[in-house]
Amino acid sequence: MAETQMVARHIPDRLEGRGARLVKSWETLLVAVALAIFLVNSFASPYFLDPWNLSDATFNFTEKAMIAFAMALVIISGEIDLSVASIIALTSTAMGYAVQLGFDTPALVMVGLATGLLCGAFNGLLVTGLGLPSIVVTIGTMSLFRGLSFVILGDKAFTGYPESFSWFGQGYVWWVFSFELCLFVVLAVIYGVVLHRTSFGRTIYAIGNNQTAALFSGVRVGRVKFVLFLLTGLMAAIASICLTARLGSTRPSIAMGWELEVVTMVVLGGVNILGGSGTIPGVVLAALIMGMVTFGFGLLNVPGIVMSIFIGLLLISVIALPILYRRFRGRRSH
Amino acid sequence: MKILKTLLVTAAVSVAMMATAQAETKKIALVVKALGIGFFEAANKGAQEAAKELGDVEVIYTGPTTTTAEGQIEVINSLIAQKVDAIAVSANDTNALVPALKKAMDRGIKVISWDSGVAPEGRSMHLNPSSNPLIGNMIIKLAADNLPDGGDVAVLSATATSTNQNVWIEEMTKVLPNYKGINVVATVYGDDLADKSYRETQGLIQSHPNLKAIIAPTSVGIVAAAQAVTDAGKVGQINVTGLGLPSEMAGHVKSGASKSFAIWNPIDLGYSATMIAYDLIGGAEAKPGAELKMGRMGTVKLDDKNEGAMADPFIYDAKNVEEFAKIF
Repeated sequence: MAETQMVARHIPDRLEGRGARLVKSWETLLVAVALAIFLVNSFASPYFLDPWNLSDATFNFTEKAMIAFAMALVIISGEIDLSVASIIALTSTAMGYAVQLGFDTPALVMVGLATGLLCGAFNGLLVTGLGLPSIVVTIGTMSLFRGLSFVILGDKAFTGYPESFSWFGQGYVWWVFSFELCLFVVLAVIYGVVLHRTSFGRTIYAIGNNQTAALFSGVRVGRVKFVLFLLTGLMAAIASICLTARLGSTRPSIAMGWELEVVTMVVLGGVNILGGSGTIPGVVLAALIMGMVTFGFGLLNVPGIVMSIFIGLLLISVIALPILYRRFRGRRSH
Repeated sequence: MKILKTLLVTAAVSVAMMATAQAETKKIALVVKALGIGFFEAANKGAQEAAKELGDVEVIYTGPTTTTAEGQIEVINSLIAQKVDAIAVSANDTNALVPALKKAMDRGIKVISWDSGVAPEGRSMHLNPSSNPLIGNMIIKLAADNLPDGGDVAVLSATATSTNQNVWIEEMTKVLPNYKGINVVATVYGDDLADKSYRETQGLIQSHPNLKAIIAPTSVGIVAAAQAVTDAGKVGQINVTGLGLPSEMAGHVKSGASKSFAIWNPIDLGYSATMIAYDLIGGAEAKPGAELKMGRMGTVKLDDKNEGAMADPFIYDAKNVEEFAKIF
């Protein structure tokens, strides 16, 4: 008896080897799609392969992608935050108001970040404190936050941001690399490390896969979720600072409809909308794809509505194709 | 994946063919607040007409799907990348477009705004559809043209504090002596509310039995006034005129409650913006006092803020209102 207990049966920690997994992964598919779009764009327009044009094009997605990182974490944990675009509006309004009071750039940034964090905390409290479904809470706060900025601004606009503030949206760190693009890269690395290399990241997956099991394993589910909502608030505030600096003015309609573009980016990046799985590299790739599609179509003067149709089709096909492929293979092997 | 690739390749081939089809022509981009708005579709019609007349011009009609500044900036960035020759924009935000448009101008693209303006540092000139003196003159002219023997007219305005309406009424009063026999007997305020405008009109009808015309320089007021005149059975006796939208006024023109009214013509506006952009590409300079060519619309003279007025408001009557009602 004692002997049989000693003999350990080999249980592989992975069903497939590293190589095979990489080839079949979602990220590989996205890389292929990104390359295809890059090639098509280069052939379709003589203006595509120009460093400055490509640099200008990054503004199409950097701000949305910053939010998408935090959104990915929220969605992996099994929740959603649809109020992000409205947080941008309210944050921008708060900063615009601060400008009227004579605040300088550092103070404006603080006001922006604080507003975003407050909005995030409000969402987090309602979801974790009262146990309300996040989709309901954030649909509510989506109207609430933007409503507030409509009340404050009406049909007017806040302008007069200091020259130094505009650097966040219009400045370049080196050559064609804008501040926004560099921030996007830095944030991608930070979020990648947090999600894939820390215990906090592991708990997010645990909650998304089985909240009850996570709770019984000693994970403070409520606190983790609260932090995640704080993070989306913070990232929306950072995006708002960049966007406001880029526009140099605040209107209540700022960033209208961005919440869906951010969610699209996250889902296209391979994050399971029901929670539990997804990666940051996937989201980065999805951001690049959406940015390139928008810019490439823009160069050909394709109307925006056709662009939305294409993004929609891309989303459905990228999600449906692997499922169809698996079904097809499954049927053949039986 | 294979299907996707085939699709992408087909798309690439077809767009590549589109891209090579035009060369050597001057590219003028007409950027509107959002696509799918009748007013701007009509402006595009005018721009295409100008392009046809000029021959060597390709008009790129574009804009975002929603009326946001961010959307317009994305569009402008892609136009800069394509190295268009000129951008004529109706802005969603006076200030937000300035950085993007400045960049365009730095790269040698001529930038003008029309309809809804951009702050002066973001464009070389702005084209207003009309000017306050022209509007003031037009609204009284509309009333007087149908009153060869003169008579009493009243004004139904928006609120007592509406800047636009007050300036127009002031300009109207200035030119009033030119219209013999026309007496302005009252000015009332309907606050741009349909029901209040309706009641104020009823009041006018009762207190001024000899009233021959009502001038409403507001699109809300003119509809309410026409309705009140119809309900009071005064069609044919009292003519309602002023500024209104063809789609809202078509019925009242048909019934005779309004013989004619005025508003900007979006087709002329798109046409003129394209013509001005072409003139600037050709070397004309936009500076105070300069006169820029607008083809069949004549010339536009720039004031000290580099703004210019296109023309008199366009008159709509039984002959053309149906056609424009489909547009805006």
